[in-house]
Amino acid sequence: MTEPIYRADVLVCGGTGCVSSGSLKVMEVLRAELERVGLSQEVRVVETGCRGFCAQGPIMVIYPDGIFYCQVKPEDVPVIVEETLLKGRIVQRLVYSEPESHTNVPLYENIPFYEKQQRVTLRNCGIIDPERIEEYIARGGYEALAKALTTMTPEQVIEEVKASGLRGRGGAGFLTGLKWEFTAKAPGDVKYVVCNADEGDPGAFMDRSILEGDPHSVIEGMIICGYAVGAHEGYIYCRAEYPLAIKRLKLAIQQAEEYGLLGENILGTDFSFRLKIKEGAGAFVCGEETALIASIEGRRGEPRPRPPFPAVQGLWGKPTNNNNVKSYANIAQIIANGAEWFAKIGTPRSPGTAIFALTGKVRHTGLVEVPMGITLREIIFDVGGGILNNKRFKAVQTGGPLGGCLPESGLDLKVDFDSLRQAGAVMGSGGMIVVDEDTCMVEFSKYFLTFATAESCGKCVPCRVGGRRMLELLTKITNGEGTLEDIAKIEEIATGMENGSLCALGQLTPGPIRSALRYFREEFEAHVTEHRCPAKQCTALIQYVIDPNKCTGCGRCRRACPVQVIAGDRRMIHVINQAGCIKCGTCYEVCPFDAVVKVSGETIPVPEAPIPVGTFKPVETQA
Amino acid sequence: MPKITSVEELRKLREKVQEEMATRTETGTTIIVGMGTCGIAAGARETMRAILEELKARNIEAHVTTVGCIGMCAREPLVDIEQAGKPRITYGNITAAMVPRLIEEHLIKGNVVTEWVVGRLPTDQETH
Ligand SMILES: Cc1cc2nc3c(=O)[nH]c(=O)nc-3n(C[C@H](O)[C@H](O)[C@H](O)COP(=O)(O)O)c2cc1C
Ligand code: SF4
Ligand code: SF4
Repeated sequence: MTEPIYRADVLVCGGTGCVSSGSLKVMEVLRAELERVGLSQEVRVVETGCRGFCAQGPIMVIYPDGIFYCQVKPEDVPVIVEETLLKGRIVQRLVYSEPESHTNVPLYENIPFYEKQQRVTLRNCGIIDPERIEEYIARGGYEALAKALTTMTPEQVIEEVKASGLRGRGGAGFLTGLKWEFTAKAPGDVKYVVCNADEGDPGAFMDRSILEGDPHSVIEGMIICGYAVGAHEGYIYCRAEYPLAIKRLKLAIQQAEEYGLLGENILGTDFSFRLKIKEGAGAFVCGEETALIASIEGRRGEPRPRPPFPAVQGLWGKPTNNNNVKSYANIAQIIANGAEWFAKIGTPRSPGTAIFALTGKVRHTGLVEVPMGITLREIIFDVGGGILNNKRFKAVQTGGPLGGCLPESGLDLKVDFDSLRQAGAVMGSGGMIVVDEDTCMVEFSKYFLTFATAESCGKCVPCRVGGRRMLELLTKITNGEGTLEDIAKIEEIATGMENGSLCALGQLTPGPIRSALRYFREEFEAHVTEHRCPAKQCTALIQYVIDPNKCTGCGRCRRACPVQVIAGDRRMIHVINQAGCIKCGTCYEVCPFDAVVKVSGETIPVPEAPIPVGTFKPVETQA
Repeated sequence: MPKITSVEELRKLREKVQEEMATRTETGTTIIVGMGTCGIAAGARETMRAILEELKARNIEAHVTTVGCIGMCAREPLVDIEQAGKPRITYGNITAAMVPRLIEEHLIKGNVVTEWVVGRLPTDQETH
């Protein structure tokens, strides 16, 4: 057997998204096929973390050319090996194709989804094998740790992080350097470093992607933090629903220890630091830092009043620095490249990049890293490729279930911590859900409220009771039974929750409704004053009606109706008996002539009973 | 795994792995081997192996890729060498045995091995 000398690297995404679309099987077939044609000594298969373009997975990038294949199936592998890896030819049908122009974009660097992105925090994700510490080191990993330990004092490290202007990526955007300083200056010999990897927002997966794709970036950031604040022990609190992230973290910790980059006398210095993983049970409120600390200690995950802040009294009552995964993942680059380098990215008050999990009605969903200060329009229309099916953009929700929504007029807002907050949305966890004209904003806010209410730990009355009351009132509105007073009541309860809740969960639960009322109030009012759902989504407020001028009497709807409430016969105009209709929408779907229409708040004249096609005359004849 | 006990050791490891990962970074030099059926029949696979071994032995950073039949089947195995800012040179009938000299002359000494050349593509600048 000859020794392998690799001329090509095939990077296959092994992130959770691509694994669920079958990337492991692709990798397995690829290895076997390379073996079969005798290329296994020339071509290396590398399993990487997420590249963000999850909707197009499984994704494969072939270097040195940078050829980008998407939606690769095991059956495609022999062709890829024969054509691309042996003969150097691009397999056009596997290349990413622009939905608009239908042009093929074979090279990674030219794909529009990536063009406006700037990869800082995610710079290694999808490029390196996260299970090999050596690849992280080859990309400059642990240089920052070496620099900090051997050339900087802890105070200098803190100064550097402060000067970079880095703000915490866990939601609130607090200055990271300042937080470190609080912990460093807090009295006490024993201190801790904690990483919040709870990621409770149901739509977010950026922390998971970093832990899966570049775990060492978080570990290195935490060790540097430990050095800066004077801690020798750290905990990563990761939700148990992230088994792949936990596995990679464990492996990464083990490899770092073997190299002496973690543990006793790191890099031959007298600094020692140990790291442990704590698996969380996954309650949303456990992401709140005091609840998280309680959970690590083995107590119930309930928030407690602050102050004292964890920086003064945290884990086991000791000074504790807690940061989000993304905050730590930026540290090594700040130390290695300098604060000034980082401060130049993004905007002056929010330097660096923002990572969003872009989902909803956009063409390209996935993980997006963009410089702060980019507009929402650029994110949604350039990176995200615009709205699906040529529908109209209606709103974008940022910040997850505790965030807020923005209408079309907010599209040119330059995204950063402060601008979003001013507009009533927040950066929050980085979820970004885009909805189109077919979404009812009352229903949409109800969705988030339902989530947040179920996650209340129940400690404070306003949060526990207020959320449920608001949900009842919103349900009344979507059922068409609401009044204007109900809307006023919702706002009153919201104020009570904002002022009377202990933690940000209770304080921010009203956020999505607040912003929806701010930008889409007339839509709420239409529900209560006109019994009309403008988006035609609220079942109680819509009717399915057969347009007598379009019905051809084909009978498709009649046969499809599950409750048989459509009357009609061959060549007769069909009529729906509204009293029995369960509004399942089947007739609307199956009618080949688009004769079934959905209406809300309007009436179309229809005959009372079936009459022959072509004979319909409305009672009140219009001129 | 030996522990890394100094910055120098970390740098050394970094450099070593960087070489391994060179296919994922820019190098400025690309060697392209003709791998059509004709090329393979003429021994292109062996030529490829010889190139990879020679580059490794001499510690040269270059990307090595393949190309299908370009219609010069009689001259296979064809090897193209492309270097930033220089014309792309196509060499014909390159067997494994010829590889060491080719690399020595072209990549190390910077001399085109004229007697083996079958084609020459101008640089971007030269065409404009
Ligand atoms: C209900 C609730 C859930 C939270 N979930 C998370 C989370 O999943 N991840 C996180 O980093 N921060 C979360 N936070 C914010 C944390 O309390 C804390 O502010 C953050 O971890 C600080 O890190 P940073 O300074 O790096 O942003 C949550 C807060 C609340 C109130
Ligand atoms: S605000 Fe809600 S989640 Fe937060 S402590 Fe109070 S009851 Fe618990
Ligand atoms: S909406 Fe459903 S129940 Fe109503 S008429 Fe159509 S098919 Fe029948």
